[in-house]
Amino acid sequence: MNESQLRDLVPAVIGVLVRRGADFAAAEDAVQDALVEAVRVWPDDPPRDAKGWLLTVSWRKYVDAARADTSRRRREERLDGEPTPGPVGAVDDTLRLYFLCAHPSLTPASAVALTLRAVGGLTTRQIAQAYLVPEATMAQRISRAKRTVAGVRFHQPGDLGTVLRVLYLVFNEGYSGDVDLAAEAIRLTRQLAALADLEEVAGLLALMLLHHARRPARTRADGSLVPLAEQDRGMWDTRMIAEGVDVLQTALARDRLGEFQCQAAIAALHADAQTAEETDWVQIVEWYDELLRLTGNPVARLNRAVAVGEADGARAGLTALAGIDSSLPRYAAAAAYLHERDGDLLSAARLYAEAARSAPNVPERDHLTRQAARLNARLRS
Amino acid sequence: MAKYLLLKHYRGGHAPAVEIPPMDQWTPAEVDAHMQFMHDFGARLEKAGEFADAQALAPGGAFVRYDGEGRPPVTDGPFAETKDLIAGWYVIDVESWDRAVELAGELSAAPGPGGKPIFEWLEVRPFLGGSATATE
Repeated sequence: MNESQLRDLVPAVIGVLVRRGADFAAAEDAVQDALVEAVRVWPDDPPRDAKGWLLTVSWRKYVDAARADTSRRRREERLDGEPTPGPVGAVDDTLRLYFLCAHPSLTPASAVALTLRAVGGLTTRQIAQAYLVPEATMAQRISRAKRTVAGVRFHQPGDLGTVLRVLYLVFNEGYSGDVDLAAEAIRLTRQLAALADLEEVAGLLALMLLHHARRPARTRADGSLVPLAEQDRGMWDTRMIAEGVDVLQTALARDRLGEFQCQAAIAALHADAQTAEETDWVQIVEWYDELLRLTGNPVARLNRAVAVGEADGARAGLTALAGIDSSLPRYAAAAAYLHERDGDLLSAARLYAEAARSAPNVPERDHLTRQAARLNARLRS
Repeated sequence: MAKYLLLKHYRGGHAPAVEIPPMDQWTPAEVDAHMQFMHDFGARLEKAGEFADAQALAPGGAFVRYDGEGRPPVTDGPFAETKDLIAGWYVIDVESWDRAVELAGELSAAPGPGGKPIFEWLEVRPFLGGSATATE
């Protein structure tokens, strides 16, 4: 059994403990302790029934902890009389865990951490490494999050929108440390899609698959960014694209459009083009119109302006750009791109340099600096 | 081993030894060579077991201070064009001050326009340890 198969078991085991009377925080702690023990013991002594092992050890950890807590003496007596495992209602329990861990009362960072631990089965150390904070800091964030949801009844229906946003946040964190958060987000979204047959869950899964399929082509060995138009499309993962398109089409056929389905449709149109020139920009603009109708999101408006520039020419793109708040992230980069397409290299170079100064990360900053340098060199020659 | 901070300034640090135009005025090949050098420098530190941390800072931000009970903090920013502005840092974990100076010297020789070293001043600062050492 590999690590991700082991982690698949975590939410169901937490669910069993909760149904046997443990509160969520204690159940989650017990399973985390069992998980750490599994990682230590299994390589030399793999169990025949992994889930049974995890459940037994988690239950023992929970009982030990409850016993150690003298204020729980009454409950301890009840626990001792408890029968051993019944059948596991894995599906409902896991779904409830998604809702609880992404509860609207949590901040996004707390919901992300709690989801990765209780639903994803990652250890605190792994989550801390992925987010580049000390382990003690992440442990505190997780226990605060658990206190925040302590009053929430486990069986209360949750908010799907916040669950999807949390998963999307994890996906966008990408890859740092030894945990591939994008792959982890896909695993969790895939699991959610199997539990909840809903169009937007499918839309998010499709969006992730279609983006992830292009990841190998997105950066060079030295970490520098490759823009979509310049990517080696032979490096795209065609199987993952096919799966993403398939998931998306099934969702779209049910005619209950949402923002993730729109975004996935745009990603699918990019993935569908054999060369950058073959991209169906007219359809992409239509999907952005759809997305704007649904969300009114200013970032979608900005991306739409770039797509309009491709579909109807740079001048039309610049017209679409007018009226968009210029303080939006990546506004200067979009404006620079459109001005270059329009032949105004001077404005484009100035805007690329400005975009570099406000870039949110080093690879983007370096990429935008290169663009400015490229245009300034052309202007000098 | 001891930790040292190699601090890079956008501007306003030590008066530059050589005036270098902003990077967007370099040729693309010069920009690439510079970035490759920075990438290789970090990789070399890691391989040597001397790397602890590297971070870049965005140029935005502000000075902030307490302004008395019940009042929101005062902010002074964005930074004036003349202010010292830190661009980022390396934290290295090395045997000696001399080794820290040697590495800072190498980093300062990063290539700029025409492939020539940029002679950038780097601020090298020893860390104060967090725990007392036993002394007899």
